[in-house]
Amino acid sequence: MRRPGRDDDPDRLYTVTGGRSRSGSDTFDLVTLVVSESEPVAGMQSEYAEILRICRSPTAVVEVASLLGLPVSIVRILLADLHAQGRITARHPRTGESADELPDPEILKQVLVGLRNLTPER
Amino acid sequence: MDSATSHRNGETDARPPLGSKAANGLKIVVVGGFGVGKTTMVKSVSDIRPLNTEETMTRAGEGIDDPSQVEEKTTTTIAFDFGRISLDATTVLYLFGAPGQERFWFLWDSLFRGTLGAVVLVDTRRLADSWYAIDRLEQRGTPFIVARNDFGGPRHSETQVREALDLSEGVPVVECDARSRGSSRDVLVALVDHLYTLASSAAEARRSST
Repeated sequence: MRRPGRDDDPDRLYTVTGGRSRSGSDTFDLVTLVVSESEPVAGMQSEYAEILRICRSPTAVVEVASLLGLPVSIVRILLADLHAQGRITARHPRTGESADELPDPEILKQVLVGLRNLTPER
Repeated sequence: MDSATSHRNGETDARPPLGSKAANGLKIVVVGGFGVGKTTMVKSVSDIRPLNTEETMTRAGEGIDDPSQVEEKTTTTIAFDFGRISLDATTVLYLFGAPGQERFWFLWDSLFRGTLGAVVLVDTRRLADSWYAIDRLEQRGTPFIVARNDFGGPRHSETQVREALDLSEGVPVVECDARSRGSSRDVLVALVDHLYTLASSAAEARRSST
């Protein structure tokens, strides 16, 4: 299996983000679900257009990165751009009061129900 | 862009889209040494063929091992696998297979932020491979269970495993076959059961202290 982005020229990654190497925020968790709010438009940079296509159904940041073949950190920057333009919305993970505390028991109960419903065979 | 081509070539078929109501992405991390079966376990329970992606980290010298190297920046790239399980209309569980080796510690911090908990997958023939992972989880306060992947080697008693890993009393140890969907699901159930017990008693303690 090819490691996505591995063989890419670093210059290309630099170009994709217009030379920025960090998004300056932790807004997009790996599992934040991203949803397109608009369709790609003509002349749009191909990575943005591809994200808008992928996220027609809710898609986690880590999936977007994998499908684009780009490192997560680069994808976070692209997502921040689209978010600033109102072209995507983000559904952030809810686990409890704060990330440092144990998850909310109600959410865990919900997870247990879902897991127990998985059939042992496909 | 060739990755976009592979996407159009049918990756979308291998990736059933989430329902439009999907709103809460949760994570569980499976950690363990090389070849212990992390990806196998993720694959066994995932709704999608496991995907692979990478993270690059640029580390400035600040606060890192050697203050004399403050000027230096190093970029490290590491790949990891993940899968997902749709639990209900709104909740999606993502499973990450994380390399347990020491040099990946910086990735752990990013992966584990906000994680529900972790499964430490061990091969009883190579228990020492998981020492570092367990240290790190304990240090971070990330709750975990230990799952012994059955490789058909000599049997070790649970007591032997507990002693070799120096586990605290409350940490559950379960057996599994990572190739089996039912068995891998049971490992996740055991972890979330453990988390539920911890979270409920913490909530209880908060209530009685006010």
